[in-house]
Amino acid sequence: MDLATIIPILDATLRSATPLLFVCLAGLFSERSGIIDIGLEGKLLIAAFFSASVAAMSGSVWIGLLAGIGASLVLSLLHGVASITFRGNQLISGVALNFLASGLTVVIGENWFGLGGRTPQLSGAARFQPIHLPGVEAMADVPVIGPIYSNLISGHTILVYAAIVTVALTWWVLFRTRFGLHLRAVGENPESVDTAGISVIRLRYSAMVIAGVLCGIGGAYLATGLAAGFVKEMSAGRGFIALAALIFAKWRPWYALAACLLFGFLDAVGTRFQKLEVLGVNVPTQFMQALPYILTVVILAGFVGKAIPPRAGGTPYVKER
Amino acid sequence: MAGTVTETQAGRPAESAAPAIELRGISKAFGPVQANKDISIRVMPGTIHGIIGENGAGKSTLMSILYGFYKADAGEIFINGEKTEIPDSQAAISAGIGMVFQHFKLVQNFSVLENVILGAEDGALLKPSKAKAREALKRLAAEYELQVDPDALIEEIGVGMQQRVEILKALYRQADILILDEPTGVLTPAEADHLFRILEGLKAQGKTIILITHKLREIMDVTDTVSVMRRGEMTATVQTSETDAEHLAELMVGRKVLLRVDKKPAAPGDTVLEIENLKVVDEDGVERLRGIDLHVRAGEILGIAGVAGNGQSEVLEVLGGITAAKGTVRINGQEIDLSGKSSDGQSRRARSIAHVPEDRQSLGLIMDFHAWENMIFGYHHDPAYQKNALLMDNAGIRAETQAKMERFDVRPPNPDLTARSFSGGNQQKIVCAREIERNPDLLLVGQPTRGVDIGAIEFIHNQIVGLRDQGKAVLLVSVELEEIMSLADRIAVMFDGRVMGERLPSETDERELGLLMAGITDTEAEHSVDEVAANLAKTQGKVG
Repeated sequence: MDLATIIPILDATLRSATPLLFVCLAGLFSERSGIIDIGLEGKLLIAAFFSASVAAMSGSVWIGLLAGIGASLVLSLLHGVASITFRGNQLISGVALNFLASGLTVVIGENWFGLGGRTPQLSGAARFQPIHLPGVEAMADVPVIGPIYSNLISGHTILVYAAIVTVALTWWVLFRTRFGLHLRAVGENPESVDTAGISVIRLRYSAMVIAGVLCGIGGAYLATGLAAGFVKEMSAGRGFIALAALIFAKWRPWYALAACLLFGFLDAVGTRFQKLEVLGVNVPTQFMQALPYILTVVILAGFVGKAIPPRAGGTPYVKER
Repeated sequence: MAGTVTETQAGRPAESAAPAIELRGISKAFGPVQANKDISIRVMPGTIHGIIGENGAGKSTLMSILYGFYKADAGEIFINGEKTEIPDSQAAISAGIGMVFQHFKLVQNFSVLENVILGAEDGALLKPSKAKAREALKRLAAEYELQVDPDALIEEIGVGMQQRVEILKALYRQADILILDEPTGVLTPAEADHLFRILEGLKAQGKTIILITHKLREIMDVTDTVSVMRRGEMTATVQTSETDAEHLAELMVGRKVLLRVDKKPAAPGDTVLEIENLKVVDEDGVERLRGIDLHVRAGEILGIAGVAGNGQSEVLEVLGGITAAKGTVRINGQEIDLSGKSSDGQSRRARSIAHVPEDRQSLGLIMDFHAWENMIFGYHHDPAYQKNALLMDNAGIRAETQAKMERFDVRPPNPDLTARSFSGGNQQKIVCAREIERNPDLLLVGQPTRGVDIGAIEFIHNQIVGLRDQGKAVLLVSVELEEIMSLADRIAVMFDGRVMGERLPSETDERELGLLMAGITDTEAEHSVDEVAANLAKTQGKVG
């Protein structure tokens, strides 16, 4: 394999890892605060739909992005109301949100556009366009580094770069700030936070807000960056894959980057090598495309070492003495 | 009020400074339950004030009101003479109140330092707070014998050390008033002594300490003043020097209580239980029992003392048929199967072994089942409980349960209530009634009085002694040294999966047992408390 084969694959890896990464970090904030977030998929989907729809109607991808974030926030806060305020079952609330998003996007989409749940094809300012980093032209002819810089590093939409920055930011917030300390504590032992005079409820809601915003950006990227419009069920299980990546990453930001890149890589390989011959046997296309999902199952089955989730995850906080 | 004894207010100099804490007419109800009734109390600065009472007497509720966890329905709080509203914990902290809860409020995978600064940071970034706290910890360690490694993770240090972190948390928040809720429940005698030295040191520095406990000895040893609570009311406040344990017990329960179990000398007969070279390896490959030998004779109570987690539970679990083991165990001379295959509780019961497990709520009872159902668990195959081949004789079981509940003074004696709706003491009485009434040759009892109030403790102890006097063998495991000392006819001390030694209660004292519990056999050598604590923390890290 030469550089000309590898670079497009890595390039695709970055692009398909981006929505995963946003969603994975959203899950990280949520679960670190002690709220299990199985509704990531739904938030991703609804954000994808609203960002694409609003971008199509307004012609501005930025307004679309805001709409996506808004829609995802609404679901996130619904999850918060159900699982923080009313202390409901977080799994059930999450599953309900997934169904809600799946249904709403199709019904509203059909009503608005009459395209069977699709949005119109987006183009121009209604999509996130690739950014060409400075010096691409000049570097293009330099061997090895040139193609890497101009084809792999340069030429992505702004959200791809934002995703990487978000990883660093998440790490910094989590481990270097007071908010991060509180957030990690509330997911481990909310009583310790409560007795220290900090509001468990406010902390968990802030986590839900952050999760909502991040899912919103992820969804917007999916429909207006990666693709050129919304298609029914376009999240295609990415919310769950992100959840698997989160477990694989043991709820740590940099590990999450690595995990999402791995899933992105499998996705890219599956798309690139539709036909692959291994030892004279033709690997079916379906198998290649199923790779990320197979890895998800393997990870969730616990084959990848012991992952200890935040201890208070899934349990509503009840002040009790 | 009928039945309450109101002592003269504690003799304190009226002209001295304002009380550090004064509560006036505090009342709090949870639905129909009046947890605190018109409670008034004054705690003078620079004193250790004990609050004693049975479980459910309202001590914890009162302290939760003071710490801002609950809002009182009525009443006022004065801190240093000033009326203070405490709507939440933050307000309590800024009023200078620090609380060390019975169940520590620490984040297990945080370092000591992170736990100390949690909620008391100086800014949005952690770095300056951590540096400041590190300095403060050094200073506090030197001042109050509160040495801890600031970078150690909580899950890796022992309970005694964790408790110090809780105290440090309060001191770091400039607490002048420190409330400790049942602080010695998880400590060895040596650790408890260290804690009391720390408290004395804090008192010498002018801090005010409120000590909540149900252990009379601690009250007598360390407090200056003591308040007694019963059924939500403050029944008395007295100077500790002017009272004694018997009197306090009477004030707590409302009737005379025998603190020492009144029992005849044992008349041991044939050996019922023989244990040889018993070994247990848990699923992580850790050796929990490293080859122990014990025997219990008929008409004898063998007490196993030790800090929780040193293998005592495993002994009970092996004998009760819960855990597989290697080695030899004989009951009445016949070997029993330890392989874990056919060695379930059922086969143990067939050999006349009854088991009152340590954790009654998960192993002894099904909390959402009725008392009459709980009363036959394990014995439900007994033909006496069957009506015919298909149906059970529910009416008969109910009637029998009712009778047993009355004999064991379970309150209320209603077979149709769920186990959950009884208090801890009454739940334990149900388990005891089920097991003891089978008249077993060997009774295994784990922590029979954990979370049980003093009145019920007396009753349960008498039942255990009664079984012994019928010539049955009893194996008692308890972390309460006082309980072991007063019940057992022989004491074995376990440490780190081994039996450190056996003693007769008449020939030993709590100090010697405490050293054995910390793994030190050479009682001649004078060991510093820190050495003992360090030794203990090591094993707890390993075992826990």
